Amino acid sequence: MSTPTTGIGAPVRRKEDHRFITGKGNYTDDINRHGQTHAFFVRSPHAHANIKKIDSKAAMKMPGVVGILTGVDLAADKVGGLICGWMIHSKDGSPMKAGAHPALADGKVRYVGDHVAVVIAETIEQARDAAEKVVVDYETLPAVVDLATSTAKGVSTIHDVAPDNVVFDWHLGDKAATEVAFKAAKHVTKIDLVNNRLVPNAMEPRAAIGDYDAGEEAFTLYTTSQNPHVARLILSAFIGIAPEHKLRVIAPDVGGGFGSKIYVYAEETVCVWAAKKVGRPVKWVADRTEEFLCVAHGRDHLTHAEMAMDADGKILAVRVKTRANLGAYLSTFASAVPTYLYAPLLSGQYDIPAIYAEVETVYTNTAPVDAYRGAGRPEATFVVERLVECAARQLGQDPAKFRMKNFIRKWPHQTPVIMMYDAGDYAGSMKQALKLADVAGFGKRKRDSAKNGKLRGLGYSAYIEACGIAPSAAVGSLGAGVGLWESAEVRVNPVGTVEVLTGSHSHGQGHETTFAQLVSGRLGIPIEQVAIIHGDTDKVQMGMGTYGSRSGAVGMSAIVKALDKVEAKAKKVAALCMEAAEADIDFKDGRFTVKGTDKSMAFGEVALQAYVAHKFTGEQLEPGLKEGAFYDPTNFTFPAGVHICEVEIDPDTGVTKVEKWTAVDDFGTIINPMIVEGQVHGGIAQGIGQALHEGTVYDKNGQLLTASFMDYGMPRADDLPSYSLGFNSTAAPSNPLGIKGCGEAGAIAAPPAVINAITDALGHEDIAMPATPQAVWRAAQKTIKKMAAE
Amino acid sequence: MATVSMTVNGKAVSGTIEPRTLLVQFLRENLRLTGTHVGCDTSQCGACVVHIDGKAVKSCTTLALTCEGATVVTIEGLANGTTLHPMQEAFREHHGLQCGYCTPGMIMAAVDMVNRKGNKLDEHTIRDELEGNICRCTGYHNIVKAVEAGAAAMAK
Repeated sequence: MSTPTTGIGAPVRRKEDHRFITGKGNYTDDINRHGQTHAFFVRSPHAHANIKKIDSKAAMKMPGVVGILTGVDLAADKVGGLICGWMIHSKDGSPMKAGAHPALADGKVRYVGDHVAVVIAETIEQARDAAEKVVVDYETLPAVVDLATSTAKGVSTIHDVAPDNVVFDWHLGDKAATEVAFKAAKHVTKIDLVNNRLVPNAMEPRAAIGDYDAGEEAFTLYTTSQNPHVARLILSAFIGIAPEHKLRVIAPDVGGGFGSKIYVYAEETVCVWAAKKVGRPVKWVADRTEEFLCVAHGRDHLTHAEMAMDADGKILAVRVKTRANLGAYLSTFASAVPTYLYAPLLSGQYDIPAIYAEVETVYTNTAPVDAYRGAGRPEATFVVERLVECAARQLGQDPAKFRMKNFIRKWPHQTPVIMMYDAGDYAGSMKQALKLADVAGFGKRKRDSAKNGKLRGLGYSAYIEACGIAPSAAVGSLGAGVGLWESAEVRVNPVGTVEVLTGSHSHGQGHETTFAQLVSGRLGIPIEQVAIIHGDTDKVQMGMGTYGSRSGAVGMSAIVKALDKVEAKAKKVAALCMEAAEADIDFKDGRFTVKGTDKSMAFGEVALQAYVAHKFTGEQLEPGLKEGAFYDPTNFTFPAGVHICEVEIDPDTGVTKVEKWTAVDDFGTIINPMIVEGQVHGGIAQGIGQALHEGTVYDKNGQLLTASFMDYGMPRADDLPSYSLGFNSTAAPSNPLGIKGCGEAGAIAAPPAVINAITDALGHEDIAMPATPQAVWRAAQKTIKKMAAE
Repeated sequence: MATVSMTVNGKAVSGTIEPRTLLVQFLRENLRLTGTHVGCDTSQCGACVVHIDGKAVKSCTTLALTCEGATVVTIEGLANGTTLHPMQEAFREHHGLQCGYCTPGMIMAAVDMVNRKGNKLDEHTIRDELEGNICRCTGYHNIVKAVEAGAAAMAK
């Protein structure tokens, strides 16, 4: 390769960084449109209430008010409701019970923060002031908040379509075979788990600007989106704002997403609709409390799980019963998360002959719940890795050896729950991690801690995830409303510079660098000559966006396909220019050469000839050098690895300190190790956050008690350790680059590693996430009593 | 309305503002210096950190009027022309940023940290001092490395 310093595998410093470190990023809130107005939403202060009346007469007279709109106006304009794009059927074959989800309330509010009206004014301060004068007469209803009792007899109904608040009652796997295996088992391990509700909290709050061009009869929406084309599709085809060719969606620099910016929310829908209504651009920017109240939350499962083993500890079967909270409305992909992104991962890295999972999802009067970094897979990994750890302890076996004994050793491996794992080396990753973590020296470290009155523990997590989602036909058969391919267009300019238009979206992942590395290496041109263009539906024709660690495996594969076509066309141009047979043209290190001769042309020269078109006729070849491709993968990808967490607990204060973190991951081909390591760091931090700090608390009336950074435990620098990372790569056979994906791994792996370490230190299993100092202190008192008794 | 005058990034500026205007609003909306960000409304996240008279301050909890006559430096004013400040360079070199949203505040806080604590900063000190700046992307690992390297480079 002519450009080893910028091609695949090189730790290239990021091209996008210059604008971010100099304050020249361009986030949605940095954009102002001429004549812009500002929107402020009147939100429900009640978790569950009927709206008897909205009186905005006094508010309309406030200074600067341009308009006040409610659900009545929305309905009059026939603006459709927000949708959930993944159909799930219950065990009995009935479709999920999707309640209506209007962007502004239609007579009823269902969670604190629900959208009642929008006040549009000259300034945001005037909009806020006027919103205070909007009088809403509510008839409050009993709130359904507690997940465990959300379907009990006598609780109030949130959506008429689901009288018992059950959205669907779904299952996966072979129930009969699983029961047979449990009957034959010598040991059964049982656990009850809470997977705590999390708030994604990307540092950039959501924002939107709607703009309407009356001359063109066309809308533009600037929005904080991970997938602007999906937003356009939903706003056009389902919500009915405008047909796609009259709606441009721009997602400029986006300050983190973690899943929360996949969805189409009420606010951007209202901004783009209202822009035409008031005849001026309408801008809305969330404050942090609005984000806490209304962004789609993550996780929130209650699970009972059981694992059956033979006398030696070989796993025979797993059965799982989960209740998942979907909040007050079905968010865009909410139904997929606790079903097809969850249960198919319950085999973990293990050879398990029988698995049966039942998942009941419910409505509650809380914020909608949808995919958050990992989405279903962290929940599955928590179940599997807590089960495995507890089983090993109950059997008196070393947890690492217990895992090794049960690991899958041959690929491809068909699990009993849909997935066919295609490549991996689970035992190899475990061996590497044991060494890197110096597990051999743990005993001494534990004794040293004990001398200082501290409790030290070691916890493992051997996670697997299915990502790079995924083959369109496969997800379609499982209920997805969209295909999950990706598109790319490679435009070679006459001077040999290259623009790549991609349907992936970068909001921290560094695509402007990694995607350019692929092009630089392949075409043998300096990386500075490559520009990656994304995030604008008027520039990029179509795309499915970035989530589920799919941009490398799927997005870059589309670029590979387009580059294949560019190279093929360029060879034709070179052959005509050098008067050689096309079959005799070689392309290497950025030069086209004629086999067996000293004739050659640089890539840039061929590009120029493609455009000047002097050396061939139109009959021989079409001028120009621009190719597009769509790529649909043949399988999911299966990143996997082993994380080892070592903690020290101070039983006097309950503070858990993460002393060491070791991760050995298999992400397949790594494009840029610096960026991949950064993704792992961030994922682990979010996983440690879930395990130790982050808990979303509603009171019994549905008021969110953790609605600011003062109340919600966002991990800070002094809460976290440095990380020790290793890689054990096996190429993914399902895409041309062999990429598996790395974006979610840390968040998936980390929570059980932390809890397994804490429970190892405590000597009992009685602790839930988040394991805050208060919770750990209580749990440690039990340990101290136990130790005293012994 | 009231008028306020101050020096921002070496330039004398003034504006007529509502008394309730925060410094971050004055910087972003009046001066269109949008590198300073707002990430929360409780003075916790530090995305809005700027330097006022040489000290790191959260501009989301500072009234613009209280900065009358002050010298303010924002992320846009940190580089020396086209030469990046060593702390900016260190964040790039050590991959101390991903989405970039917290980055301006992180860099401004880090420069202030060096001004107060010197050029030899250990991991413990850096983590402790970053208490007022939240990042959701990086897990802080590379920010810590960047601050350590940037601090050392500032001595040169």
